[in-house]
Amino acid sequence: MRVALWGSLRPYAGGAAAVELEAGTIRELLAALVTAHPGVAPFLESGIAVSIDGVVYQNSPGQTIPAGAEVYLLPRLRGG
Amino acid sequence: MPLDTNHQTRTYKIVGQRPVRPDGVDKVTGRARFGADMTAPGMLWGVMLRSPHAHARIVRIDASRAEALPGVHSVVTRADFPEESGGNDDVLDHCIAGDKALYDGHGIAAVAATSRALARRAAALIAVEYEVLPHVTDVDAAIEPGAPIIRAGLRTSGDPDAADADTNIASRHEFGHGDVDAGFAQADVIVERSFTTGASHQGYIEPHACLATLNSGGQGEIWCCTQGHFAVRNTCAAIMGIEASQLRVTASEIGGGFGGKTTVFLEPVALALSRKSGRPVKMVMDREDVFRASGPTSSSSIDVKIGATKDGRIVAADATLRYQGGAYPGSPVDMGSMSAFACYDMPAVRTVGFDVLCNRPKQAAYRAPGAPMAAFAVESVIDDLARELRIDVLDFRIRNAAKDGTQSSYGPKYDQIGLLPTLEAAKAHPHWTAPLKPGEGRGIACGFWFNFGGETCVSLNINVDGTVGLSVGTPDIGGSRASMCQMAAEELGIPYADIRTIVADTAALGYNDVTDGSRVTFATGLATIEAAREAIGKLCDRAGQLWGIPAEAVEWRDGAAHPAGPNAGRFAPMTLAEIAAKAAETGGPIAGHHEVNADGAGVSFGTHIADVAVDPGTGRTTVTRYTVIQDAGKAVHPAYVEGQFQGGAAQGIGWALNEEYIYDDDGHLLNAGFLDYRIPVASDLPMIDTQILEIPNPGHPYGVRGVGETPIVPPLPTIANAIRDAAGVRMGHAPMSPPRVLAALKGA
Repeated sequence: MRVALWGSLRPYAGGAAAVELEAGTIRELLAALVTAHPGVAPFLESGIAVSIDGVVYQNSPGQTIPAGAEVYLLPRLRGG
Repeated sequence: MPLDTNHQTRTYKIVGQRPVRPDGVDKVTGRARFGADMTAPGMLWGVMLRSPHAHARIVRIDASRAEALPGVHSVVTRADFPEESGGNDDVLDHCIAGDKALYDGHGIAAVAATSRALARRAAALIAVEYEVLPHVTDVDAAIEPGAPIIRAGLRTSGDPDAADADTNIASRHEFGHGDVDAGFAQADVIVERSFTTGASHQGYIEPHACLATLNSGGQGEIWCCTQGHFAVRNTCAAIMGIEASQLRVTASEIGGGFGGKTTVFLEPVALALSRKSGRPVKMVMDREDVFRASGPTSSSSIDVKIGATKDGRIVAADATLRYQGGAYPGSPVDMGSMSAFACYDMPAVRTVGFDVLCNRPKQAAYRAPGAPMAAFAVESVIDDLARELRIDVLDFRIRNAAKDGTQSSYGPKYDQIGLLPTLEAAKAHPHWTAPLKPGEGRGIACGFWFNFGGETCVSLNINVDGTVGLSVGTPDIGGSRASMCQMAAEELGIPYADIRTIVADTAALGYNDVTDGSRVTFATGLATIEAAREAIGKLCDRAGQLWGIPAEAVEWRDGAAHPAGPNAGRFAPMTLAEIAAKAAETGGPIAGHHEVNADGAGVSFGTHIADVAVDPGTGRTTVTRYTVIQDAGKAVHPAYVEGQFQGGAAQGIGWALNEEYIYDDDGHLLNAGFLDYRIPVASDLPMIDTQILEIPNPGHPYGVRGVGETPIVPPLPTIANAIRDAAGVRMGHAPMSPPRVLAALKGA
């Protein structure tokens, strides 16, 4: 699947705006990303959110990712 | 938790009503217990000694004279804390300094004594030898070559091209899509401006306060005013090197938070004083402490460039944002960068943010952290761009508004969003077409916030008399106990008054995230509904037992169990109270419980309109009319939704016109009090009109969205645009205080 990266991640993942990964869940996606691009690991450790078809998940590693879904990585959201 | 797709439009009986808040009587009669209201036998008072320097090495601390004072029971410095803080080094350092004082007001040592006056006397006897260092408090000055370095060894994360040298830039963040340079090449008109914003404080009326005990066996308790007592427990336990199970934290009533009570400032110090003295220790900040040593928001410096074609289509946008977050990494510049252009459909957009260190207190969250400053800059340029194109400023926003399916400026495509309805409602609102008086001007601006859910755990207990106790773990700041009662009552089908919601302590429930991010009505509400549904399942089972039919043959309607169709048998409906009265005969207590890590909160948009009058002689701006229009999803308690709209607008207006941390050349905060740091009072503001749009969030059973953050985003640019309309000057700094407006008028 195509996984779009926010701008800060791109230099650590080959420079592209998106990477191709094989994953069925968010957990698998993040593991595959770190395996392919170890430089992104610090970003994941400091907190990440995953948007699947416009719905932002930051607490659901088991969330399945439908085939053809728009997948976008984001920093973990904070609030006041 | 996966997105709840069970949302259905339904007719509500209690949700959407405006019942009296259950905590109201105690609050208006003075009986509610806030942070400073708790005492304990043998209690001591703790007082901090704070740094008079903005940046200084701590050479030596001599507390012998303080310790010798009769009535002084303990003195602590950083040396009294374990070196390992469980990942909370910055939080602890902000509470009590290590080898350097990093800002004016930084805690250096603390004393516990039998009275507050004695503790203050003792603190003054502590001798501290400082080596004063060069300091910097301005965000742009902090990134100049040769600026004083606040943290030796700091390198910029997120920037592979950053030099391997000491810097005050903690991190770089970038977002966007499309070819920005190519986009600008297509533009007929480009507007490019720079802006700055001052650091504002949340201005909560209740200062930080706590009462802490920690015995030599490692067992402790804290009573404190906080937005998240579970987070207080985890942070303090980690800092003090004790197990979370041994520290019980109870949240007091809270006199405002707005993000500023999402961390700890006093609690670890009070625990250390208690452990050393063997006595309970109470600490209460005075207002000067609150300003100098809690967590205001960031000040910022922002460059914005937006290009559009003659027909009013935005083709490219670019922004660079620099936020200082005090002497520690973690400013919300990433959130500001993500939200800056979130209201618009742009084919090419880029934001770059820099998190900068300065000699100021560590920033804390403040309603939609990072977004108001970005909106001030972007919405000001949007306004100027529309004016250059000679297109109505509202029509220009409608033409370029993000819609369902728009690729957001921060990445993903939007699902169901409500920006366009707020703009259309603004256009149809009587305020937009009302005549202005001579000298008045009108401004409009939009705002965005993400919202989120988070870890949540609730218990719902059916009492034997048919009433219900609901325990939640999210401190009630904006009336959430009333909203939870409403949702539980709606689901159970019983009166609102039959439910009492309490904020339980950390020993009573699983972990709950902080009350922040506009998450409580969404996430705690979702958990409450699910807990009620679990209880309903058990109530049906008990009714089935009493009727001698299976639970599957029982259905719940209107607060009672009914046979589910003719084949289930003919039984008169059995109410919740009737089932509860026989609970002991059917298996004992009846309860529902739910824990969730909620996702699917749904983003939020708002549009504000302001009329202002600018006094050409003094530069004073008076807001004469103000309207907030926002998508709230389903408004559970509309009066509290309106209150959030009005409160956010009032705080934003204060930031827009007056509120700002002011430092002297030595890095001392000059206005650490409400006389000199001026928040708006009722007589400063008109009645703030509100219009709630209810576009359901598909991620919540009732369609709820968070509402508390978004209302503070549009006011800064709304006021700026109104001043532009009234006086013909574009203000580049917020707050737009009278001296600044006057200077702009003279320069115009």
